[in-house]
Formats: sequence, structure tokens, C-alpha cells
Amino acid sequence: MALKDITLGQYFPGHSVLHRMDPRTKLLLTVLYIAALFLCKNVISYGLALIVLAAAVAVSKVGLKSIVRGMKPVVVIILLTAVLNLFYTPGHEIWRFGFLKITTEGLWSAAFMVLRILMLITCTFLLTYTTSPILLTDGLENLLGPLKKLRVPVHELAMMMSIALRFIPTLIEETDKIMSAQRARGADFDTGGLVQKAKALVPLLVPLFISAFRRADELAVAMECRCYHGGEGRTRLRQLRYQSIDYAGFLLGVLLVAAVAVLRHFGL
Amino acid sequence: MEPILQTQKLSHVYSAGTPFQRAALTDVDLDIYPGEYLGIIGHTGSGKSTLIQHLNGLLKPTEGKVLFRGQDIWESKERTRQTRFHVGLVFQYPEYQLFEETIYKDISFGPRNMGLDEAEIDRRVREAAHFVGLRDEQLERSPFELSGGQKRRVAIAGVIAMEPEVLILDEPTAGLDPIGVEQILGNIRDYHEAHGATIILVSHSMEEVARTVDRLVVVNDGVIPFQGAPREVFQHGDELEAMGLGVPQMTRVFHQLRAMGVDIDASVYTIEQARRAIRDYRSRKGAR
Repeated sequence: MALKDITLGQYFPGHSVLHRMDPRTKLLLTVLYIAALFLCKNVISYGLALIVLAAAVAVSKVGLKSIVRGMKPVVVIILLTAVLNLFYTPGHEIWRFGFLKITTEGLWSAAFMVLRILMLITCTFLLTYTTSPILLTDGLENLLGPLKKLRVPVHELAMMMSIALRFIPTLIEETDKIMSAQRARGADFDTGGLVQKAKALVPLLVPLFISAFRRADELAVAMECRCYHGGEGRTRLRQLRYQSIDYAGFLLGVLLVAAVAVLRHFGL
Repeated sequence: MEPILQTQKLSHVYSAGTPFQRAALTDVDLDIYPGEYLGIIGHTGSGKSTLIQHLNGLLKPTEGKVLFRGQDIWESKERTRQTRFHVGLVFQYPEYQLFEETIYKDISFGPRNMGLDEAEIDRRVREAAHFVGLRDEQLERSPFELSGGQKRRVAIAGVIAMEPEVLILDEPTAGLDPIGVEQILGNIRDYHEAHGATIILVSHSMEEVARTVDRLVVVNDGVIPFQGAPREVFQHGDELEAMGLGVPQMTRVFHQLRAMGVDIDASVYTIEQARRAIRDYRSRKGAR
């Protein structure tokens, strides 16, 4: 069944430097990198950002193939951005056909925009490819910690996120089972028009919802039995600690932003 | 006799061509005859669930064929769909698949998909409900108000209502109390006798299959090492033990007796057979 082959969270287990880095470092570096990308203005700064990213991809050992595969859903957005920038940037005209015209500025801006989107996506892919969903939520909870003072339920949100992530594979398996069972009773999920297809989903969705609620109920009881009472005073099995690779990572990130900012200042 | 269902060199590989590739069935040849009560036994992950999902066309063989009445069930899309009506499959914990507002509507889901007319649907729903011991006035109630055992019987009725010639049940008694187990096994036997249908009971409990089935098929590691009458299969006590299956307790006791030097028939697996074996032994001893 094809449903089972879906990978969620897209995590690639590994032991590279990026895998071993603290999730908080990776989250912050991603933000820093995106900031640097938006400061980039010309070939030199884009080149610098590209070199850093290429190095990170090489170090992660994720493989270019999996990144390219992940780009598929955004191809339309990239193409649209390219076309809009190409035809609608005013400047020195080099080609014209009716109301369509291409300018030198348009060419450059289209190229840069496409590059920027590609790099942005690659950088966030690197984050999710090298960080397990559980570590990611741990890191997020830790980073958002200060918001607790503003009464934002950070722990609860993080807990909800990790539970949701934990149950996605379970629910996929469940969906698979219910689909098979209803198919055995002659249900047809594949043919017919839109209305018919939507109607065919009822025998699938009702049992799925019921089972999701049942699981939620059971989980709540199980958590209470183990004295779960929210985030207050809760300690962790896995303590997040910054190590030398994290400091090195931060240094690199800050350097990149600084370099791009300086280049921008000199109009390069 | 012509087999009603047949697998020829059936193999199934999950996630073929990926690093997660795993062979679940390898070259399985199995003949199932009309009207027989067949037991399939194997521990979790042996391939028994994969095997039964091939028998009604829910899984497509990676290699090999599945024949229903001599015809390949994957010959055309329509044939595959029709096979699902002729070969009913009740999954494990079928009560989790109930979805309709009333028991009546839920049981009628299968017959309705078959495209039958209202009168025929009504007859089948009532008959199926009757088989599993549901009263007429219960039919208009919500299936979600019922107890676990009753829900399961409604779900089984949903498959019986299609009046399949072959009825496959995957661990139909899992998680039920002894009374619930007896009721379900009784319902299945009633259907078997009333329609002359072929029954395939999947289980991991030797005790349960030993006292219900005519023929036993053991599945282990995607192949069928033994098949035959329970009495024959239980001769392989040690091998079954090694597969994590074992033989019924009764058989084990008698094997032990033989090992201790008592000259007694060891191929028993029910209380009735045990009584006969002991009587036989005593009368022989008395005669000496």
C-alpha cells in the first residue's frame, strides 16, 4: 500500500556534524541564514551564501538527490516568481514582444529571486533532514522558554506537537487498515466523480475519528497514571547542552551575516 | 474435487526496490476446497495476514497467481471487485470499522455495494443479523451503543450479509471473554453449516483451531511448512515449538506420557479424544 511509504518529518538518521549539533543551534542558524539571504544583493554575497550552504549540504551527507526531490512541490511557485520578475521589472530593455518585455534588471532579479527561494528551502530542508522531530520540538520549547513569562503555554504547545508527530505513523497505519476492511466490503475509493469520492470517504473517516478520540483518551489516562501534571518542575531525560560544534556553528553564522551586511554597506 | 481458491507460486514483497524491502511470502502453493473449515496458524509476522489479504484481492501478488474457481482474480478490475464479494474477509478487531448511524445501515453497506435491490438487501441484513444473534429491534440502534463483543458480531454480520462462498476471519476471537469466544465460534459454525460455505479461520491459538477446523495450514516465515488434519500437523510438536507455536496442552500432556513410557495414543487434542485414549489404554491394560 502506497500510504505506508510516506515519510513524515523527513528525518534522515545519521551521525554527521549537523546531526550532532544542538537542535537550538540549528534553529537559530536557520533563522540567521535566512536573514543573511535577505541581505544579499549581488553576485559576491550570493556566492558567499551559496558556498556556505553547499558546504553544509556536503557535511550533512543527506545527498543532493533527496533535496532535489523535496523541491518538487514548490516548482510552480519558483516558476511563477521567475516569470513575474523577468517581465515586470522596469529598466534597460533588451527584448520586446507585444506587451511583453525583458530588461537586464529583470534578468538579474529573476535569477536572484529563484536562487534565493531555492537556497531558503534547501536550508530549511537541512534542518528537518538532520534533526529528529522530537529533538526539534525540544529545541523549540527551550528557545521559546522566555515566552512562559508572558503566559504563553510553551510546554503544552511543544507537548501537543510531539504527540501529534508521534501519532502520525500510527494513524497512517490505521487508515490503511480501515481502507482495506471497507474495500473488502466492496467500498471503492478510486473511481467516480468528486462528489462520489467524497461520499466514499465517510466509511473511512468516521472510524478513523473514533479511533483517534479513543487513542487520545487512552493516552490521557496513561499520562495521568504516570503523574503527568504539565511542564512545571518537569525534568528531562535528554538535557540539551551546547558544545564546541555549536559555538563554532554560531561563529560561522554570525560571520556570514556580518560579511553579507558589510558587502551590502559598500554597495557590492 | 476442484479447489475453490488456489494460490500458485504466490510471492509478496513489501516496499520492493527500497532499502525497507521485505519478503512476506515466498512461492506459496495452497489449495482450498469448497465447504471445508480451514485453519491458518502462524505467529505475528509469519505472513498469515499477508496471505489472506491476497485471497480476496486486497493485495496484489508480487509474483504468482491467485485463482478463484480456476480464474485469475487479477484478470480484470471488475473480476477483482467481484472476488471481494465472493470471498468475504473479516479483519482483526473488525468493530473498529463500524461507521453508520444504525446497525442496519452498517450491515447493509456490503450488500448495497454489490448493487442488490432493496428487498434482497433487507433479507440479507436480517438473516446476517440473525446469524450473529442480534434481535430485530436492535437493528435501528447505533452500533456505538453496543458492548465490545456485540460490536464485533455486528461487524462480522456486515461481511456475512454479502453471503460470501468463502469467509475468512482474522483472529475473530482476539480480546474476548470465554463466553464471547464461544458465541463467535458458534456464529461462524452456523454460517458454515447453513450455507455450506468455506471457512478460513486465522489464529495463533492452537487450542482454538484444534477443536474447530478440519484442516490446518501452518505459516512460518512466508512459507507453509506443514498442512493437513490437525492430528497430522501436531505430530511435528518439536518443530511447531521451535516456530513459537507449540501444540495444544492436551497433546503436550499425552506426548509427555508417552515419553514417560506409557503406551498411549498421543495424537489427541480435544477432551473427548483424550477420554477415549485413556479408556482405550485402561481397557487394554485390564485385558492383560
